[in-house]
Amino acid sequence: MEKKNLTKYLLSMILAIIVIVVLNFVLDNYKIRILNLCFIYIVLGLSLNLIYGFTGLFSLGHAGFMAIGAYTVAILTMTQETKQMTYYMEPMVPFLESLNTPFIVAVLAGGLMAALFGFLIGAPVLKLTDDYLAIATLGFSEIIRIVIINMQSITNGALGLKGIPQKTNKAIVDFMNDAFGLGLRPSINLLWAGVTAVITIAFIYLLIESSYGKAFKAIREDEIAARSMGINLFKHKVLSFTIGSFFAGVGGGLLAVSLGTIDPTLFKFSLTWNIILIVVLGGMGNIKGSIVSACIVTIAMEALRFLDEPLNLGFMVTEAMPGLRMVVFSIILMAAVIYKKDDSSIKSTLEKVRGRYAKN
Amino acid sequence: MLKINNITMRFGGVVAVNNFTAEINKNEIIGLIGPNGAGKTTVFNMVTGVYKPTEGDIIFSPSEGESHSVVDLRPDQIAKIGICRTFQNIRLFKQLSVMDNVFIGNHLRLKSSLLSSVFRLPNYAKEEKEIYEKSKYLLEKVGLYEERNEKAHSLPYGKQRRLEIARALATDPTLLLLDEPAAGMNPQETQELMEFIKKIKDEFNLTIFLIEHHMEVVMGICDRIYVLDHGAHIADGSPKDIQNNPKVIEAYLGVD
Amino acid sequence: MSIQEFLQHLANGTSLGSLYALLAIGYTLVYGILRLINFAHGEIFMLGAYIAYYGLTLTSLPWFVVFVLASVFTGIIGVTLERLAYKPLRNSPKITNLISAIGASFLFQNLAIMLFSGRPKAFPSPDVLTGVIYIGGVSVNIISLIIPVVTVVLLIILNTVIKKTKTGMAMRALSKDYEAASLMGIDINLVISFTFFIGSFLAAVGGIMWGIKYPQLIPIMGVMPGLKCFIAAVIGGIGNITGAVLGGFILGLGEIMLIAFLPTLTGYRDAFAFVLLIIILLIKPTGLLGEKTAEKV
Repeated sequence: MEKKNLTKYLLSMILAIIVIVVLNFVLDNYKIRILNLCFIYIVLGLSLNLIYGFTGLFSLGHAGFMAIGAYTVAILTMTQETKQMTYYMEPMVPFLESLNTPFIVAVLAGGLMAALFGFLIGAPVLKLTDDYLAIATLGFSEIIRIVIINMQSITNGALGLKGIPQKTNKAIVDFMNDAFGLGLRPSINLLWAGVTAVITIAFIYLLIESSYGKAFKAIREDEIAARSMGINLFKHKVLSFTIGSFFAGVGGGLLAVSLGTIDPTLFKFSLTWNIILIVVLGGMGNIKGSIVSACIVTIAMEALRFLDEPLNLGFMVTEAMPGLRMVVFSIILMAAVIYKKDDSSIKSTLEKVRGRYAKN
Repeated sequence: MLKINNITMRFGGVVAVNNFTAEINKNEIIGLIGPNGAGKTTVFNMVTGVYKPTEGDIIFSPSEGESHSVVDLRPDQIAKIGICRTFQNIRLFKQLSVMDNVFIGNHLRLKSSLLSSVFRLPNYAKEEKEIYEKSKYLLEKVGLYEERNEKAHSLPYGKQRRLEIARALATDPTLLLLDEPAAGMNPQETQELMEFIKKIKDEFNLTIFLIEHHMEVVMGICDRIYVLDHGAHIADGSPKDIQNNPKVIEAYLGVD
Repeated sequence: MSIQEFLQHLANGTSLGSLYALLAIGYTLVYGILRLINFAHGEIFMLGAYIAYYGLTLTSLPWFVVFVLASVFTGIIGVTLERLAYKPLRNSPKITNLISAIGASFLFQNLAIMLFSGRPKAFPSPDVLTGVIYIGGVSVNIISLIIPVVTVVLLIILNTVIKKTKTGMAMRALSKDYEAASLMGIDINLVISFTFFIGSFLAAVGGIMWGIKYPQLIPIMGVMPGLKCFIAAVIGGIGNITGAVLGGFILGLGEIMLIAFLPTLTGYRDAFAFVLLIIILLIKPTGLLGEKTAEKV
């Protein structure tokens, strides 16, 4: 990569952050909440794209790593009083109860914990390929969830955790209101998720363009050729899987904070499925695609909410049909997968798009 | 340089290679021929670690005082000690650019860590620059530099074969295994290929072991030839000896 | 643990194992031919139970007629699923098919929530099947005895179909060597449809008997049994019918015995299958009865 490019990317990163700050003051709370979710899903989408899209490892275990990140962040940021109130069935382990770290430390710890588990799980299962890998990672993700349900003194079991402190921009808004007499309302602080998303994009991009990233892609393209060219498959697969797990943990942690409440049912397989859709719809191994589809999927999930409520069709009003939203969503997505058929046609569409950004 | 000692490969009840022995010396070009299904590619697969021989040993000594038993190594370790190959049915990284294909061939010699690569620290930046220069040189050598940004699968067949050789050369091999490099080429391309193989052998100080059906290639450039039939070694010697060997003629009768 | 208790657990484990076996066969048949994990198979199982539920509550047909019709109807749903979701992808990469299968699974779940509501429904089991009998001081649900019997009968029929009929032989040929068989003039589409019909029919029978044994239907009732039965098929050696049955019994009996002997692990009941899966994949990825295939270079 050339120096000129590097400056260009740095500038666009800074620009993106400025835009996020501005949006944080301009948009209403509902939109900010959705935008915040978009950022989180960008992180999650890219983390799976690294594992599946770039390295070709079809993992169905993403929700497990997100859960580890989410629980780590929740436990590290909840206050001692909240913990005492939440763990009413079985008191929390005293050491953890009094443990409290700054937010940024908690998020990093969430990522590192997930990465640690990614490494421990990846080391045995990454010897498997294709659907065997898929089912084994799904198995581990379920095991993680079941362990969380059963470790009540640490995770509060099936009851879940409530009162995870939100990150708002109240302090800044209050200060600005006092100083300039503005009537701004406090909201979620978009910067946390926004900056994380920007950093994730930059990191994954730089990784993919590096020699290691190219080796990942070689493994995806042809394992037999890759190893004959001296690429240690196992080492690179574990690397990719561990890095992907790190970002899954970070994303999970941010998700926990944005929701304020987590419990083991949140991290069921359907959560992994949402992330897979982002990657598949955005295109395997396409960073821009993942970013766009993360936003589309997040917004669509919100926008289609009306389907679950009574519908006014003009001539009649239907009864509320809970589940319709997910039915419509599933049909759209299946149609997309079947319509796109094989990888190559997904890729050829991407190539057309990417051709415009082709670099020398 | 490479000693293949009595290797045998069985798949279930099928004996693909039976007690094959061969020796390759430095800077030789050695041919491996035989009718279809004779077990030639299986020999390559054993030398490059794709299969572990059921019996026998393969010793690789890239330089004096350095010697490895190949049979217990993984394919990537074998590439690292200097044996690289091409594939009969071309296995390029199809969706990646021509340049990236060759770039990836260099990855096994990369010294920078993952983090210094991601953050483009000076040691990585320097290595990357060198890799690009070397890749450019190799692509120019095989006449593909103009097409460096094309996807590998969009190249015509003959160029794909040359790209595979360039990718293999990028790994800095001392022993290069070519599995039917002239397959699907017309006489003129075949002629060019022969020149090319001789040229890279001299320039990169290579030893070459090749499987080929085009007899003019084998007879034209090989120093010695081994003949396999039904997994068994039936003859070896200079091209002239092989051409006149009745056993070889018999094995090929009605086949080619 | 008294001998009576043990026998009771054994009866429970055997009937659960039989149900798993019925479901696992569907996975193994489909995987054998298409190399596809039919992720929606658990939902087919769920649909079988719901269709029987509506047959019993909305019609006045005798229960055994309802059960047979419901199973046939579910079989047809299975065939339709293949036509719509898998057939268009037959030449696509394995993972694309798997993604479509997962999509189908979620679609069925959500359709069920929409059509049948997410609230649990009580399965109106016929009285003859719900009683309890006492054998030597051991009380056993009648259904727990019926399940293994039905399973064995179906297995015998299945075995005959596969060994003796033309379509059955074509199925075996396809799973041995897909390409060669397709060149031999076998009507692939017919055989695949037939496979999905059999698999879905057996899943429906399993679903109905599940409904009688654990009389509560919810739209996500197929998820866990579905995953576990795929695991059963892998443990036995995927593609191998005997293996699927063996895997089903190992899983069913193992699960029941685990919580019988180690009650502290009750919460980890569902993890048992996954742990077993991972152990098998790492030690013998081809499963207990599976054959090893060499990779082609």
